[in-house]
Amino acid sequence: MSRVMEPLVVQGDTEARPRPAGLGSYRPRIEPTAVLWFVVVCAFGVIALMPFLWMISTSMKLHGHEFDYPPQWIPHPVQWVNYSDGLTILPFALYFRNTLVITIASTIGAVLSASLVAFGFARLRFPERDALFAVLLATMMLPSVVTLIPTFVLFKALGWVNTFLPLVIPHFTGGAFNVFLIRQYYQTVPYDLDESARIDGAGTFAIWWNIMIPLSGPVLAAVAIFTALFSWNDFMGPLIYLTNPSLKTVSLGLQFFLGQYGAQWNQLMAVSVVMTAPVVLLFFFAQRYFIHGIVMTGMGGR
Amino acid sequence: MLGSDGMPSVGERRKSVLHRREAWEGRLCILPWLVGFVVFTAGPMLASAYFAFTKFDALSAPEWIGLGNFVDMVTKDDLFWVSLYNTAYYTSLSIPLYLLIALCAAMALNVRYPSVSIFRTVFYLPSITPSVASAILWLMIFQPDYGLLNTFLTWIHLPTRQWLFDPQVAKLVFVIMGIWGIGNFMVIFLAGLQSIPEHLYEAAAIDGAGWWARLRHVTLPMLSPIIFFNLVIGIIGSFQVFTAAYIITDGGPVNSTLFYVLYLWNNAFQFFEMGYASALAWVLFVVVLIFTFIQFKLANRWVYYEGDLRSLEGT
Repeated sequence: MSRVMEPLVVQGDTEARPRPAGLGSYRPRIEPTAVLWFVVVCAFGVIALMPFLWMISTSMKLHGHEFDYPPQWIPHPVQWVNYSDGLTILPFALYFRNTLVITIASTIGAVLSASLVAFGFARLRFPERDALFAVLLATMMLPSVVTLIPTFVLFKALGWVNTFLPLVIPHFTGGAFNVFLIRQYYQTVPYDLDESARIDGAGTFAIWWNIMIPLSGPVLAAVAIFTALFSWNDFMGPLIYLTNPSLKTVSLGLQFFLGQYGAQWNQLMAVSVVMTAPVVLLFFFAQRYFIHGIVMTGMGGR
Repeated sequence: MLGSDGMPSVGERRKSVLHRREAWEGRLCILPWLVGFVVFTAGPMLASAYFAFTKFDALSAPEWIGLGNFVDMVTKDDLFWVSLYNTAYYTSLSIPLYLLIALCAAMALNVRYPSVSIFRTVFYLPSITPSVASAILWLMIFQPDYGLLNTFLTWIHLPTRQWLFDPQVAKLVFVIMGIWGIGNFMVIFLAGLQSIPEHLYEAAAIDGAGWWARLRHVTLPMLSPIIFFNLVIGIIGSFQVFTAAYIITDGGPVNSTLFYVLYLWNNAFQFFEMGYASALAWVLFVVVLIFTFIQFKLANRWVYYEGDLRSLEGT
């Protein structure tokens, strides 16, 4: 247990380091195996991209021509109208708004709470600290379905079904994964900073807010991205807690669309493209933090 | 674990006051997590352990029935066994396959090309695609009459299948779909590969080690903790496969893709058998726990930790 979760040496972006040699790349000159790998990578790259291209291509096809033989990769004529039709056949504007509200609230909650909790675990000393941190690590391995039903019963008793609260409030309790990630980072911040701030009369929470938070941009960005992504893509949570049609998220809307107008592949794909695009954009602009975050937790195995 | 905390050393009394204050501030800081742990983890776990021994529909009070749920599960409920089999089948086929492919992809990307970061992006994107969107996409690709896959198979003169409509291969389709989402495993492997010190490869090359020997005696042992991490996390995740199955097949055809959590979900939210579903959840929890425990036990035999005395004795 402790082995897998052992603290790890924080590394920069995997690409930023001088590139060490891996398999088949020890000599600087090009080896035949490197060429072979490159061909394999290209082939797999094409296969990995194909479903995306198919999604985009289908989203622009005339209805009834989604399955034309031979497959048409470049639609002719391009039907942009699928996008406006698909997004208005169900109130997707509302669904996007709902999803955005949940995503933003969850992200703010996760970043604030996880950084405060991580600060407590990383920088302050109290007798129960290490025992509680071990408990926190253990919860990372808990299959979430075990708590599913009582959590539902609890939220039902609180009257929170058909509100966004069940999807948002749990993020305000600093998830174990996020706390782990941020704590690793805080442990690398020099203690001199806290000390000189304390000498200047800063209290503990001022140190957290004025020193630790501004210094931990990259790791907070990673937590924000993972939380936002989770909330944006989440399906099971909204499926359980949001039955009121006006509260639906995009995930639920898309699934409902499939059930109601299952044969409208072009419009289904158009909505899918609109739902996926923000995720892809987020990844492109924040790739460093993404990789950094995965690497930091994944490398816990070392 | 404990950092080199440097509190200014003032008088002893003042120090103890400061310590007590720090302790309370520390407890205050972790309070959000502690509350969350009690309310959303520990409390629900105890509650679900209790529900597992009751008949409970979430409307009226739970009714104690002792081991009834577990007895029914094992003796009367065929679907319990079917869903357990489906999930075990899926896990045992998919996780080794995904780890192998992810490892190959990572090794292929650990070579100096000008375009590695583009490939990394291409391989990673599928794993962050919204699961509902990718489910619909796969539904279309595996469509038996005119889907892209069968069209392609016809074109290269290979036999086509009914895929998601064929109970014989429907589970396999889920395994194949999952290959698309191995980006997470791959990125972790890639980071692991890049942290292997170069001098090990240099030493191996001086000893005349070829491609295979370097893989066998340097890369794999050095990477074994990462492989282990991906294996444990991967198995826990694959026991809980839900969204794709719920959207694409809803368990069909003939329950061939009725995975465990889908069956649990049906019991809880379709039949409102919350007590029975809680019992199912606990069985899953125990199975996962046993699996994880076995893996940690077996890990001593094949996982190599740097600075570990045992490994010195071993070689």
